[in-house]
Amino acid sequence: MTGKGGTGKTTVAAALALALAHGGRRTLLVEVEGRQGIAQLFETEPLPYEERKIAVSHGNGEVYALAIDAERALLDYLQTFYKLGSAGRALKRLGAIDFATTIAPGLRDVLLTGKACEAVRRRDKRQRPVYDAVVMDAPPTGRIARFLGVNEEVAGLAKVGPVHNQAQAVMRVLKSPETAVHLVTLLEEMPVQETIDGIAELRAAGLPAASVVVNMVRPELPGEEQLLTAPGRTDEIAHAFARAGLGGARRGGRAERLVTPLLEQGREHAQRVRLERVLRAELSAQGLPVRELGLLSEGVELAGLYGLARELRGQWQNSGADAAGTDGKHP
Amino acid sequence: MATPLDADALDIDPLLDDPATRIVVCCGSGGVGKTTTAAALGVRAAERGRRTVVLTIDPARRLAQSMGLSELDNTPREVPGIDKAAGGELHAMMLDMKRTFDEIVETHADTDRAKAILENPFYQSLSTGFAGTQEYMAMEKLGQLRAGDEWDLIVVDTPPSRSALDFLDAPGRLGSFLDGKFIKLMMAPARVGGRAGMKVVNLGMAGLSLFTGALNKLLGAGLLRDVQTFIAAMDTMFGGFRTRADATYRLLQAPGTAFLVVAAPERDALREAAYFVERLAADRMPLAGLVLNRVHGSEAAGLSAERALAAAENLEDGGIVDREGGKVLDRDAPSAGPAAPEDGSPAVENPGHPRSVTTLGRAEKTETTTETAERTIAERTAAERTIPDVRSATDRTSTDGSTRDDGHGDAQGGEGGRDGEESRDSLHESRDGREDSAEVSVLAAGLLRLHADRMRLLARERRTRDRFMALHPDVPLAEVAALPGDVHDLDGLRAIGERLADQSRSAGPR
Repeated sequence: MTGKGGTGKTTVAAALALALAHGGRRTLLVEVEGRQGIAQLFETEPLPYEERKIAVSHGNGEVYALAIDAERALLDYLQTFYKLGSAGRALKRLGAIDFATTIAPGLRDVLLTGKACEAVRRRDKRQRPVYDAVVMDAPPTGRIARFLGVNEEVAGLAKVGPVHNQAQAVMRVLKSPETAVHLVTLLEEMPVQETIDGIAELRAAGLPAASVVVNMVRPELPGEEQLLTAPGRTDEIAHAFARAGLGGARRGGRAERLVTPLLEQGREHAQRVRLERVLRAELSAQGLPVRELGLLSEGVELAGLYGLARELRGQWQNSGADAAGTDGKHP
Repeated sequence: MATPLDADALDIDPLLDDPATRIVVCCGSGGVGKTTTAAALGVRAAERGRRTVVLTIDPARRLAQSMGLSELDNTPREVPGIDKAAGGELHAMMLDMKRTFDEIVETHADTDRAKAILENPFYQSLSTGFAGTQEYMAMEKLGQLRAGDEWDLIVVDTPPSRSALDFLDAPGRLGSFLDGKFIKLMMAPARVGGRAGMKVVNLGMAGLSLFTGALNKLLGAGLLRDVQTFIAAMDTMFGGFRTRADATYRLLQAPGTAFLVVAAPERDALREAAYFVERLAADRMPLAGLVLNRVHGSEAAGLSAERALAAAENLEDGGIVDREGGKVLDRDAPSAGPAAPEDGSPAVENPGHPRSVTTLGRAEKTETTTETAERTIAERTAAERTIPDVRSATDRTSTDGSTRDDGHGDAQGGEGGRDGEESRDSLHESRDGREDSAEVSVLAAGLLRLHADRMRLLARERRTRDRFMALHPDVPLAEVAALPGDVHDLDGLRAIGERLADQSRSAGPR
């Protein structure tokens, strides 16, 4: 799940993880940017670097969460492959781990995507996937193609060795039909433009752009169309306000004084509605399914999050599956 | 209404006009209008007489076009269309991260060495690739622009970081890594030309050789060699990245720099802003204030959301009082037309008072109208967002015959589509002189509902803002009223500048 800053991608990612857990499934919600956005959303303590159950869904569904820490991931990795033990701590003191995760080209992103792919591929004793779906709250739209594609670059830089192999394995998962990149946007110009650019970049990199989620869609207003004809009818509107008990309709009356400011608000609204129509059309032209989530007018609270999950589930059910690839791991 | 808690207003014009102000840094999380704010400040400063340059990092295309920028371009270009009457001018540039890095190399190394560095694969990744480079190069460019002393004022937009704090951290991080203990150890073999050189370093040797061994296996020997060669070349080239990063950092602490934290009145954006304010204080960076973008206001703030909703419902219930005597039960009857009371009397008793809603046939739902409306707005989903434009009073006739309640909450929500369809039909069947008046009722009700939404949004924004201001009472605040669309041209940027500067009327009376 990617999206421009401020579009609510963390919220939508969490809602999707909840939706995908519906009916007794198990999902993993992964955070890679160290912001603890998931913990804030679920109103829990900051997540440690371990998979931890943070929510349940209908029918014993479970959502686990993991905040991936690149340094820890590298130490784990070295431990697994090289049995470094206490030497790992010595390296940390030297700043070598910092160095490796920050400076070595893209190694940080390799570790982050690598850890997520490991969770995707992990099997239990009976060879069944441990997670039915893994939802990543990924970096923003402007960086997503580069972030997901970093393994290709690394596989080119490190031409042999385990990093090369690991990078290639990750790319195989990311480019497979098991992966779906969803782009969260608002019906505003900049996020829509970034979304369109992001889709193009993903496609150019051979990564599976799967759908657009328009978040925080304002409810339509009854009488919206009439707002456009409103300015010519100020007297009538003043009388209507008066009828509704808002004061006198005569010039200077309380109802009459409301007309101008409310018409101005109406005009702004109508302008925005027209703009949104254009933006919707631009998004539809991208050839991807476009889904809309309503605005939570009181801000996102836990109840609202579950509401969004229901909405997502409904929409994905109605339109066939592509939430988490085409392998049947969809709600 | 006054600004809450009597927070100081941020006075933009004196800040921009003060010859001592040389750098304004706009920082904040993504999606809050940081770049737009930077551009608007640049336009305003220039038109108030200062030679100004705006350094943008990754502007949206149309915003860039509004300043005459069409592509990444590492030298400032004059922005056409600026009013130079006051003696100022505006230049703008978009940071080209790789070119900035290349330029550093080209300036500080002789041709052969520069060529070797530029062709080094590790350098090529470093200069385009990863976390920190963009931030570092923004700092580097800022340092260059400031060193030239060609500008009265430099306005900097910060990179769209995952977290706003990265901007402050990244240069130091990059500098300390490139100049740090570990990298020195790594460089040692390259410098003295081979593995034998490792012996020179005695401390941490065991861990190091193990690690370089591991890295070699992990990354392949070639990459590590590239890194070593690169660092060695850079190191001899100029006095270390560390020094440069530190110098740029000090530049930001110097008097003459003003930080503006940009946010929107939303929880997440203000949380980031709070971190930033605290961090700036901890690092003794000069914070000028908080710019709160996209704040909603209303010229009719005296009309509360509750009263507006109640009035809208009155209008939508239009015919109740009139028709009560007639007991019109059949919605298909020709007389069941739109029903605005002709005498102008209030349609419902107790206007503005939340009434209990008990809907015929849906008696299980008993809520106050206010609650209903709130729930409706919160829950209305994409699928349900099909409420027709005309939901006139006609469908009331189907229910009000037997109860005086309005069934409004439900019509508004899930079943609005069907109800509305029917009402539209009956409206068509009853084209008479009253249609106009019914339409006006719908229109007026729509305006009132819109106002109610606006007032709720306003209240939420105010709560969010007040929370921030309570925790950071000393941060001067400037609010910028929300615009219906994005900014595309200089006029739009001027308008933002106006709103920024004129805090008395920026977001309307609150």
